[in-house]
Amino acid sequence: MSDPSKPNLLEVEDLWVRFPTRSGVFDAVRGISFSLGKERLGIVGESGSGKSMTGRAILRLIRKPGRVEAKRIALEGQDLMSLSEKEMRAVRGYQISMIMQDPKFSLNPVLKVGKQIMEAYQVHTKGSAAEARQKTLDMLEAVAIRDPERVFNAYPHEMSGGMGQRVMIAMMMIPDPKILIADEPTSALDVSVQSQVLDIMDKLVRDRGMGLIFISHDLNLVASFCDRVLIMYGGRVVEVCDADKLHEAKHPYTRGLLNSLPQLDQPREKLEVLKRDPAWRDEPSVSGVL
Amino acid sequence: MAINDTGKGRQMVPFPPVLISIAKIVLTILVTMLGLIFITFIIGRIMPVDPVLSIVGERAAKDVYDAAYIKLGLDKPLLVQFWYYLRDVLTGDFGKSLLTARPVSEDIIRVFPATLELATIGTIFGVVLGVPLGVVAAVRRGTWIDQVARVVALVGYSMPIFWLGLMGLLIFYGILGWVGGPGRLDFFYDGIVPTRTGMILIDSAIAGDMNIFWNAVSHIILPASLLGYYSLAYISRMTRSFMLEQLSAEYVTTARVKGMSERQVIWGHAFKNIRVQLITVIALSYAGLLEGSVLTEIIFSWPGIGSYITTALLSADMNAVIGGTVVVGLVFVLFNVLSDLLYQVFDPRAK
Repeated sequence: MSDPSKPNLLEVEDLWVRFPTRSGVFDAVRGISFSLGKERLGIVGESGSGKSMTGRAILRLIRKPGRVEAKRIALEGQDLMSLSEKEMRAVRGYQISMIMQDPKFSLNPVLKVGKQIMEAYQVHTKGSAAEARQKTLDMLEAVAIRDPERVFNAYPHEMSGGMGQRVMIAMMMIPDPKILIADEPTSALDVSVQSQVLDIMDKLVRDRGMGLIFISHDLNLVASFCDRVLIMYGGRVVEVCDADKLHEAKHPYTRGLLNSLPQLDQPREKLEVLKRDPAWRDEPSVSGVL
Repeated sequence: MAINDTGKGRQMVPFPPVLISIAKIVLTILVTMLGLIFITFIIGRIMPVDPVLSIVGERAAKDVYDAAYIKLGLDKPLLVQFWYYLRDVLTGDFGKSLLTARPVSEDIIRVFPATLELATIGTIFGVVLGVPLGVVAAVRRGTWIDQVARVVALVGYSMPIFWLGLMGLLIFYGILGWVGGPGRLDFFYDGIVPTRTGMILIDSAIAGDMNIFWNAVSHIILPASLLGYYSLAYISRMTRSFMLEQLSAEYVTTARVKGMSERQVIWGHAFKNIRVQLITVIALSYAGLLEGSVLTEIIFSWPGIGSYITTALLSADMNAVIGGTVVVGLVFVLFNVLSDLLYQVFDPRAK
C-alpha cells in the first residue's frame, strides 16, 4: 500500500502522553509507534487504554498539565512536535481534523449550526462570507442533509443525534483535511443511524483520498469498517493486524475480547469473561508502522 | 422551532403567544408586588412604634391623640387599613413622611435618581473591569494572573467600604485634590440646572452646562468606583467560575480542533455560553446597589434612597420606610423580569 519513495501521511514514533499527579506521573499512552497511509486505521481498546489520548495527542490537544512526548509525529514528513502553537493551529482542521463522540456536547449550543461550520472553513481560507456560506450549504448536502438552508439556521438542540453527527462531519471535512480522526463517532448514536453516519463518513474519506484513524471500543465495527487495526491495552499497542484477519489474532487480550463477543452463527451457553494478565502492561509496544 | 410541529391540527389559540407571555409577566409582577406590600405593611403595623405619638408628640392631650388616631384610620381592622393603603399606593400615594413632612412619593422621586446614577456608574465599572478580569483569571488558571485577580477580588469583598471610602476621600480629595468631596456637587453649583431626570449628570448635559457636568463627574467618581470595586469583586469571581465550567466543555475542544485561535475559542465560543448566567449575576448586583448602599451614601453625603430609608427607620417614619421598601422591591422584580427576557435573546434553548 505504501510507496517507499514517499513518506506516509502520518508517522508516529514513540508517543507518550503523561499526566503529572500528586502520586507521580501517570502515563496514559506509553511509547507507541504507528504510521498511517491513505487507509482506514482502527484503534481499538477498552476505556482507559489510551486510544482517545492518542488521537488528541496527534493534534497536540492534550490539556495541561498533561503533556505529549514523542520522538516524532510527522505529517507527510513534517514534524508536528517542532511546530509552534501558532503553526500547529494551521494544521488543526486544515490538515488533520477530528470528529468527537457526542454531538450533544461537541457542538456549541448557542451558535447556529451554519455559523459553526462556516467558521471551520473561514479559519483557514480567505474569501467572502457568501462563498463560505455556499461552501457550507454544499457540505451539508454532501452529508445527506435534505434541507441545508433550514439546518444552516438551526441550533444544535433542534437536531437529532444522527443529524448532529453529520453536521460534525461536515464541519470537520469542510477545510478538506488530509487526515480525519474519528473518536468513537457513532457510540452516542442510535444503532439505526450508526451505519448511515459511517457510510457518509466512509464515502467522503474515500472520495477525497484521506487517511482515517477510527477510534472505537467496538471490535466488530472496526473489523468491518477498517483496513488495519491497532489493539491498545494499558497505553500500549499489544497487537497490530489486518482487519480481515482479526479473527486470527494471537495476543491473549485480543483473543479474550473476541471470545467475549456473542457470535450469531456459533451460539454458546456462556461467553468467556476477559481475564487480564498484569504482564500485558509491561510487554513492549508492538509497532504499527507500515 | 420544533422540527415538525407547526401547530397544525390543534385548536386555534384565541390569543397570540406573545400576548399570553406578556400577560404572564404582568401577573407575576402584580402578585409579587401585592405580597411585598402586604408583608411590609403588616410589619410596619405590628412594630411597637406608635405613629400617633410620633405626630402629636408625647405630651398631647387625650382628645388630640384620639383625633389623630382616627385620622390615621388606626381604629379600623388591619385588613381594612391594608385595603386603604393599597388603594393609595396604586395612585402613587405612600402617605406623608413624618420626618420631611412631604409626601413619601415626592421624597422617593428626589432620592432615587441619586442612587440610580451612582449604582449605574458603579455597575458599569464593575462589569467593564470585572468580566474581563474573571475571564482572564479562568483562562490563566493557577498562574500569577489568577492569583492577582483573586487578591483584588478578596480585598473588594472584605475591606469595609466605610474605611475604603474614608481613605479614598482622604487621599484623592483631601491630599491630592483630584476629585470632588462629599455631596453630588460643589455647593455653589447647587440648584442651577433644572431638575428633569433627577440625575445631575444627565440634567446638566441636557442643560448644556459642562462646568456643572464635570463637577458632578468629579463628585460621583469616587463613590461610584468604590461601589464598582465591590461589584467587580463579585462579578469577576462569578465570571471566573462560569468560564472554568465552559472551558472544559467538549465544544471548546471542537473549536480548537478547527484550528481557531485561543481568543476566538474564548470569546467566540466559551464566553457566549456564560452570557445568561452573567446577566443574572449582573442584574442581582445592580439591583443590590439600587437598594442604596447606606454606608457609601452616608460617608459621601449622597442623598440616595439607602440613607433616606435608614434615617426614616431610625425615626420610626413608617410611611417612608414602607414606601421605600416597596420601590426597592419593585426594582428587584423588574430586574428579574428583565433578565428573564434577556435569557431568551442569548440562549436559543430558552425560547
